[in-house]
Amino acid sequence: METETKKKTKEEKSFQRKLLWRFLKGSKLFFIISMLTAAVAALADMVSPQIIRMAVDNALGGKEADLPAYVQALVDRFGGFSYLGEHIWIMAVAILIVAGVKVLAQYCFRVYNTKGAETLTKTMRDQLFGHIERLPYAWHARHRTGDIIQRCTSDIDTMKRFVSEQMTSIFRILVLLALSLGFMISMNWKLTLIAMAPVPWIILRSFYFHKKIGAAFLDCDENEGKLSAMAQENLTGVRVVRAFGRERYEKDRFEAQNEYYTSLWMKLARPMSRFWSVSDVLSGIQIMLIVVFGSVYCIRGEMLPGAYIAFLSYGAIMTWPIRMLGRMISEMSKAGVSIDRVAYIMEAEEEQEHGLALAAPMDRDIAFEHVSFGYEGSPEILHDVSFTMQAGTTLGILGGTGSGKSTMMLLLDKLYELPEGGGRITIGGVDVKDIETGHLRKNIAMVLQEPYLFSRSIAENIGITEQDMPMERIREAASAACLDETVESFQKGYDTFVGERGVTLSGGQKQRAAIARALTQKAPIMILDDSLSAVDTETDARIRGALEARFGSASILLISHRITTLSKADKILVLDHGRIVEQGSHDELRQAGGIYQKICEIQSGSAEEVATA
Amino acid sequence: MKQETSKQNNLKFFGIGKVIPYLKKYRKAMLGLVLGSLVGSLVDIGVPLFQRYALNHFIGEGTLDTIVWFVLLYLLLICGGALVSYYSTMCSMQVEVGVDRDLRNRAFSHLQTLSFSYYNQNSVGYIHSRVMSDTQRIGGLVSWTLLDSIWQGGYVVGAVVVMLVINLRLALLVIAVLPLTVLLFSLFQRKLTRANREIRELNSQITGNFNEGITGARTIKTLVIEKKMERSFVADTATMRRKSVGAARLRGFFAVTMNFASSLALAIVLWKGGVIAKTQIGTFSMFMSYAQGMMEPVRWLVDAISDLITTQVNIERLSRLLETKPDVRDSDAVIALYGDSFEPKRENWEALRGDIRFEDVSFQYPDGDEKILEHFDLDIPFGTNVAIVGETGAGKSTLANLICRFYEPTEGRVLIDGRDARERSQLWLHSAIGYVLQTPHLFSGTVRENLLYGNPNATQEQIDRALELVSATDVVAKLEKGLDTDVGEGGDMLSTGEKQLISFARAILADPRILVLDEATASVDTITEQKIQAAIDTIIRGRTSIVIAHRLSTVRNADVILVVKDGKIVERGRHEELMRARGTYYRLYTRQYEDEATSSLLG
Repeated sequence: METETKKKTKEEKSFQRKLLWRFLKGSKLFFIISMLTAAVAALADMVSPQIIRMAVDNALGGKEADLPAYVQALVDRFGGFSYLGEHIWIMAVAILIVAGVKVLAQYCFRVYNTKGAETLTKTMRDQLFGHIERLPYAWHARHRTGDIIQRCTSDIDTMKRFVSEQMTSIFRILVLLALSLGFMISMNWKLTLIAMAPVPWIILRSFYFHKKIGAAFLDCDENEGKLSAMAQENLTGVRVVRAFGRERYEKDRFEAQNEYYTSLWMKLARPMSRFWSVSDVLSGIQIMLIVVFGSVYCIRGEMLPGAYIAFLSYGAIMTWPIRMLGRMISEMSKAGVSIDRVAYIMEAEEEQEHGLALAAPMDRDIAFEHVSFGYEGSPEILHDVSFTMQAGTTLGILGGTGSGKSTMMLLLDKLYELPEGGGRITIGGVDVKDIETGHLRKNIAMVLQEPYLFSRSIAENIGITEQDMPMERIREAASAACLDETVESFQKGYDTFVGERGVTLSGGQKQRAAIARALTQKAPIMILDDSLSAVDTETDARIRGALEARFGSASILLISHRITTLSKADKILVLDHGRIVEQGSHDELRQAGGIYQKICEIQSGSAEEVATA
Repeated sequence: MKQETSKQNNLKFFGIGKVIPYLKKYRKAMLGLVLGSLVGSLVDIGVPLFQRYALNHFIGEGTLDTIVWFVLLYLLLICGGALVSYYSTMCSMQVEVGVDRDLRNRAFSHLQTLSFSYYNQNSVGYIHSRVMSDTQRIGGLVSWTLLDSIWQGGYVVGAVVVMLVINLRLALLVIAVLPLTVLLFSLFQRKLTRANREIRELNSQITGNFNEGITGARTIKTLVIEKKMERSFVADTATMRRKSVGAARLRGFFAVTMNFASSLALAIVLWKGGVIAKTQIGTFSMFMSYAQGMMEPVRWLVDAISDLITTQVNIERLSRLLETKPDVRDSDAVIALYGDSFEPKRENWEALRGDIRFEDVSFQYPDGDEKILEHFDLDIPFGTNVAIVGETGAGKSTLANLICRFYEPTEGRVLIDGRDARERSQLWLHSAIGYVLQTPHLFSGTVRENLLYGNPNATQEQIDRALELVSATDVVAKLEKGLDTDVGEGGDMLSTGEKQLISFARAILADPRILVLDEATASVDTITEQKIQAAIDTIIRGRTSIVIAHRLSTVRNADVILVVKDGKIVERGRHEELMRARGTYYRLYTRQYEDEATSSLLG
């Protein structure tokens, strides 16, 4: 996307910052609690070696303690070190108490961090979904589904991890480092320096390694994708493969890509193994430094054995967090790209009311007045279209592919808005611009040629426009659309689940389901955009009969190729390349000497003519 | 999914036996992995012993006499450990990606031999996961899971042994903590696995919701159900949050148990072993290390076992795929003479003329319960043009499936050049067949690669000629890099009409004796439609052709027209005969004639 390559402007940055804050609403508190509990857990982690140290040096070893006053006071309350030395179980219990605090804090950290992460994800997903639903149809038509979904899923995930894993982990690790540093310095600053010497090195190494290896991982992922696509293509194209007898070729091709993909991983094996084992060496040496120099200081009397053991514990506690730190930092950069990609969607302007948002009565005449329109970046496809349609009548529209008939319907339903100077569309004299969009669409039942069904049951699909629509209404609509019998023949009847994009139903069944769905709207205006094309002629006639009988008062706009379908319309428009070339009733047009007449002749005379040919 | 009904959990030892043959090739790496992880665990056990020595000897006795040796040995341990870890991770990766690759190749090539009945009974998505993800999980199991189990298991066993040797009583007390934690872990683990599965399912549902919200945008707007869609979306994300937090609680308990068990062991060491600290501080410190270090490996082991249990399902599914026998198979004698799908013996192949005969053929799909053909006879001498017409979904492909031997008749025979099709190999037949699908299927790659699919040795002139014959020269010329333009995944960079023309040219280049054409219904513009029509007329000349026709105007000149209704052949004859009969064909034809004449007028 262009927005990504472009340098971020100040505005974009501030938009993104605001966006992040908006997303964080409701989860901020959870994250703050999780960080606090993480700090408590880290502190408890640090205290336990100190207890051991006191047990070893002071209680058991009987050495003079050099402790902060409040610790000394606490010890004294329990009878002093000599008493504790006799009753060492008290210190064991102290360890358990500290452990209890630690695990409780850890538990809270996990739970609150997840609460934060999941709330954040939920907020992001909900807002994105809602926003996408409210984006104008033109936006949807411009963007590829796969790309948007990618942004809604994996980019959201990256952003979540940025906050809930990277940010909190880094915070936690820094707290851990700071605390252990503090405790270690309080015991012996020289040994601390020695013990910490390898740390910056370990962090930097890990940072650069993960930064570099990231590209290689990406390469692996891409090639896995290729391999996966290859398998997918082979499976979907199995007929072609077999019919051309290309099994061998397919096998060789797949194996070559498989080999290449495998080799990419094998190439990674060496640097990864090396990184891990060198990291092992460095961590090992860090501990060894403590062991060796600790011994020296102990022998010199600069340190007591208990402190020495505590040092070892701190060393062990720090090993993993230090290794993680570099990796976390190196992965943070991914989040920036993701925020960009999500912001791109959130920045797009939602559908808006540009007019007066009236709830005008809709059972009125419809008029197109000098309507001209072209899609953004494309040539004009409707030229000066004008006609009126009386309320309660049926308007038939005949026109070839690309003649602009569907565009007219999209304009009427405000899926696209007419630009300034593109003429007017009115219902009862009110410009559709001034009619509240929801009100307008609720009152226009539109059925498309290739209808979209949702992955729900048939009953839910038909009754989707209302909450808990009673079954009678659903069945009534279904039988008007000649679908009732078909559905009853299904094993699960109306509870039959419509597969993704309605794959389990045939084209005609889908069209009829969509008609039934539109009928439940009980709208005063109905649009049938070539929506009976996949239905055979007899069913077509039956459906139209049922429409007439039950919804006779509605204004119906009917787009079709079939003269039999159109002939009952009160008025018929013939559209040719975006212009109305003929209009009138069936009886008028069939003798007007134009396209309509010719088509009439073909369609009525053909049967005889062809049969005798 | 008839083949899927066989009960699960019937494999012994988690189905590992099925995997072992694939490990043989990696015997050396496996050995390295096992030994490496064993040695690795020994090194891990060794570190606390060094610390013990330092405390007991240096500090306890106040001397640094052996410090040089100590440091050298310690370094040796560290570096040795690193080397071993390097070696075993290398081995592990080799095993992982190797087994993964081998299984994938095996599954893929087996799929190339499986019959269409298999493809009809299992969705592409299902088969695809067997090839791509089952193999990966199995690869991971025999490498990393194995490595971890041995390493961590070795550590636990080693630590226990060392502790027992050094101080029996204290060791027993520390070890007593273990069974308790194992029990708790296993309890949680099962719940956690279930919770994780639920979350995965919810997650894919939410992705599905996004998909629906985007692809269904127009419908959602016209129905004004944005609010409703949003409500149900929000309900799903709320469930997702609840379940995720629930899983986090479980995971939290897990971690808490482990950490507390460590501290409990530590407390026991201090309580019962504190006395040792007075004399042998090193031993005390060593016990501390082991007591705390033991719990993490125990958790790893429990994880590994649960991994094994979940992967069992993958092993089962994959081996079921690999053990599925194709319904259509060449006999051993045929393979001996003609070769198999991968190693054909073309030198033994006789030329195929293109006569086809159905002799008393009855047929029923393996997954269907209705006889589609009963005692069907049809003679198709070379050069005949057979058309099969009927409503969408009426089962028009059956005859083509039998001619191509994608299926075999339940009774009777299909003769190719006068001999039962089963007497020659599938590849022999397929090499002489051209097949153009209703929804043209192109492979990712360039236009040229796609054209050469049926005949890798075609010359440039042949390619140009084929393109010209189907009037696709313009289409290719218009493309940025001409013949070397990438068509994208599934040919998505081209329009449906363009794809159709390319697939025609592909069929011509293969110059087949028998051509099967599942004609397009896809909505293409009029000019392209005319082009496609002309292309069809050109390419069926001089071949035996089976045209599954949707557009009836194309079949007027066919030698035989078969009319299919509800999966059965209801009428057969030439166009004129069928029109006179005023039956199904007559009705279909008149209706389409009207539609087509109308569209052509409207342009």
